[in-house]
Amino acid sequence: MIAYLTRRLIQSALILLGVSLITFALLYLLPADPVRQIAGRSTTPQTVESIRQQLGLDQPFVIQYWRYLTNLVSGDLGRSYIQRSEVSELIVARLPASLLLMVGAIVCEVIIGLTMGLVAAVRRGTATDQALMVGSFVGVSAPQFVVGLLLLYVFAVRLGWFPIGGYGTWRHLVLPSLTLGILGAGWYSRMMRSSMIDVLRQDYIRTARAKGLARRAILFRHALPNAILPVVAMIGIDIGLFMGGIVVVESVFGWPGIGQLAWQAIQRVDIPIIMGVTLVSACAIVLGNLLADIVAPFIDPRIKLR
Amino acid sequence: MTAAGMKERPGASATGRKTEGGPVLRVAGLTVSVRGEEGERPVVSDLSFSLARGETLCIAGESGSGKSMTSLAIMALLPQPAARTSAGSIRLGDTELTDLDDRRMRRIRGNRIAMIFQEPMTSLNPVLSIGRQLIEAIETHTGLSLTEARNLAIDALKAVRIPEAESRLKQYPHELSGGMRQRVMIAMALALKPDVLIADEPTTALDVTVQGEVLELLRDLQRRNGTSVILITHDMGVVAEMADRVIVMRNGCMVEEGKVADIFERPRVEYTRELLAAVPRMGTGSGRQNFRKAIENTKSTAVAVARDLHVRFDLRGGFFGRVTRRVHAVEGVSFSIAPNETLSLVGESGCGKSTTAKALAGLVPYIGELSIGGRNLSGLSRDGRKAVRRDVQMIFQDPYASLDPRMRVGDLVAEPLLIHNIGTPRERTDRVATLFERVGLSADQMERYPHEFSGGQRQRICIARALALRPKLIIADESVSALDVSVQARVLQLLKELQREFGVAYLFISHDMAVVENISDRVAVMYLGQIVEMGTRDQIFANPRHPYTRRLIEAVPVPDPARRRSGFSRLDQEIASATYKIGEAPHRLVLTDVGNGHLVAT
Repeated sequence: MIAYLTRRLIQSALILLGVSLITFALLYLLPADPVRQIAGRSTTPQTVESIRQQLGLDQPFVIQYWRYLTNLVSGDLGRSYIQRSEVSELIVARLPASLLLMVGAIVCEVIIGLTMGLVAAVRRGTATDQALMVGSFVGVSAPQFVVGLLLLYVFAVRLGWFPIGGYGTWRHLVLPSLTLGILGAGWYSRMMRSSMIDVLRQDYIRTARAKGLARRAILFRHALPNAILPVVAMIGIDIGLFMGGIVVVESVFGWPGIGQLAWQAIQRVDIPIIMGVTLVSACAIVLGNLLADIVAPFIDPRIKLR
Repeated sequence: MTAAGMKERPGASATGRKTEGGPVLRVAGLTVSVRGEEGERPVVSDLSFSLARGETLCIAGESGSGKSMTSLAIMALLPQPAARTSAGSIRLGDTELTDLDDRRMRRIRGNRIAMIFQEPMTSLNPVLSIGRQLIEAIETHTGLSLTEARNLAIDALKAVRIPEAESRLKQYPHELSGGMRQRVMIAMALALKPDVLIADEPTTALDVTVQGEVLELLRDLQRRNGTSVILITHDMGVVAEMADRVIVMRNGCMVEEGKVADIFERPRVEYTRELLAAVPRMGTGSGRQNFRKAIENTKSTAVAVARDLHVRFDLRGGFFGRVTRRVHAVEGVSFSIAPNETLSLVGESGCGKSTTAKALAGLVPYIGELSIGGRNLSGLSRDGRKAVRRDVQMIFQDPYASLDPRMRVGDLVAEPLLIHNIGTPRERTDRVATLFERVGLSADQMERYPHEFSGGQRQRICIARALALRPKLIIADESVSALDVSVQARVLQLLKELQREFGVAYLFISHDMAVVENISDRVAVMYLGQIVEMGTRDQIFANPRHPYTRRLIEAVPVPDPARRRSGFSRLDQEIASATYKIGEAPHRLVLTDVGNGHLVAT
């Protein structure tokens, strides 16, 4: 187990290194000039050049990247060009809000998705099944900003059950989590349905029935743990999808997370923040996958970590 | 009082149960219908029988005879919603089962009627421990505490002779062999001492020596508990070994019923006679040997030669995923096959017989020397290997899985010709048509798809495909194992005819000793990757020298109730493994000639 974890962590570090290199290279190749953004339009070329020198942006790519990397190892993500404060502080201040949103979204999609999939599988071929699958299709295909605005309009503006935006209480959390979760719920319900249908056909389910077990015991004790495995693996991958969604959803709901930070940084070509947010997201994806892999043997004893 | 309440709690001795004279189970006019595209059609019609206490009733028949549907109907486990019991009555004691709702039926299932299934590998839930699955079965039907249920579960495991029963409770199904799993299934079924046990092909998926043990175990437990058993099987050897009475079914109807001795000695119905005639029996293949005497397998003419063949699979582990252990699947195997000859490889699952065949067909990497038609495989270029591969073709076990369902069967048979660029389209079609007729199909069936054929016909298509390139050697890997006996007999006959006609050699791989005796010229017995005995068919079957060979031959159930064995030598430990740590290797067996080329490991 320890050997496995060590190996996986080393692998993760290599992945992050790769991500940092690619992101850094892309930002370097970007035609937008960060110095122009900082200096404004009416600055003399001399000032622009001195800012460029100050930030080290006149150096060749390899030197810039090496400098970034050595700072990164000592935990320094650099300073924001625009906000003039440490990127790590900016991210740390906003990370809890985003993590909270992510947890809320995972809870939403797991609860909604798995329930829908389970019911559809058990009621396979009936009107319930069809209705649920149409619902999941809508969930998968609707763009998140549309879902977000729709939920806002119905539940915040018309019904007034939840606040329109902001951060602070659990009521603030509901609509953004739902918006993020609906997409995943659509996927999960489909996956859960097909996985469950497959499991319910297995010989060991017939054995369980032959033992005289009650329907509920068969479903929850025998079928569910077998059916849920592919979904668990999916949750790990899903954290990556969240990162894309979080940028949109945080903007729609005015949620003070790293998604908003990233959005602002992209508009102003604030390279250190973009790099920082990308690396943090990559970390989240890598850890999410690792977590899913570590959980798997607890569900299925046939899986061994090595 | 509910059905469950009437039942005595386990723990009471079998003799303490009420022993009224009437039958335990009475089935009358049972009809099971399945809804299909053309409406509802009966798969079991008007079936009536009764089962006395302590009796073993065998329901025998070929696939599609409705024997499994009958058992599922008794358990009310018919596949929903397509199948249903459309008429008839099933009475367990005084309870009419067809009237019960699901809740009340649940109290009967697993409690008064228990069932074991064919596939021990898939019949246990992979994510729950053995103990959990056993205890849950007990708790469902009794008010026992967890400790009491656990003790009962341990007793049940001991009763099926599972060593170290207590520690097994924590194990998961994948940690046990097929035979062990089937014992767990039996323990689960018999833990609550049911009145009736339905065993649906309980030993079909097991190795022959394990089959012997499991059958013996069933018989022993039945004697001790007075359980009535319905044994469903296609294997007349198993019927002869186990049955008191026999029902022969065909197309959903009972064709004959009677005492086991009567069925085997005085079958009244033509179908029963045919069924019994088709059963491969040991000691019937000797006429063939004389015809074969002429063949001398000298090295120069051999179709295929294996010399010191090794196949090993690496298992990775540890920090950097280095190779830590190795499966020695094939270890120093040498043999040669002459033209027109059939060499059989026999042995139990995991002995390396299929891996040997795969190496010969170029499907797995190997160490050692393999030559086909005098050409050594290892020194060949890509094109050279392709050319050699023309000479070796394979027929697999499962005729359903080995034909692409989206291709017409004519194209499937023509495909090898296409791959090797042989003939014009016109010539290919003609050749395929000839092949179709030769294997007993008609040329106008070429346009059809695999699903339109029966299992036996599909295997004929596979044979035609293997023959298309006029190979020198055909590897038949368990090619008749999945077929019903009557179909099996005809396919074996066809293989023999084709051999006479085309002079092709066969490497015939099988676990079925009776089939092997029927078709082979020479036999090699494999155990844990090595050949333990090799010789002519007569040498092996009439004079088996190695204890493992003897064990294999003894384990085959004889389709004759008069020759029923009283007991079967038990092997309570698990079969050894062919996996070794790096640096360790299995002990190499040395084969000695005990006369006339009869090689035995010493």
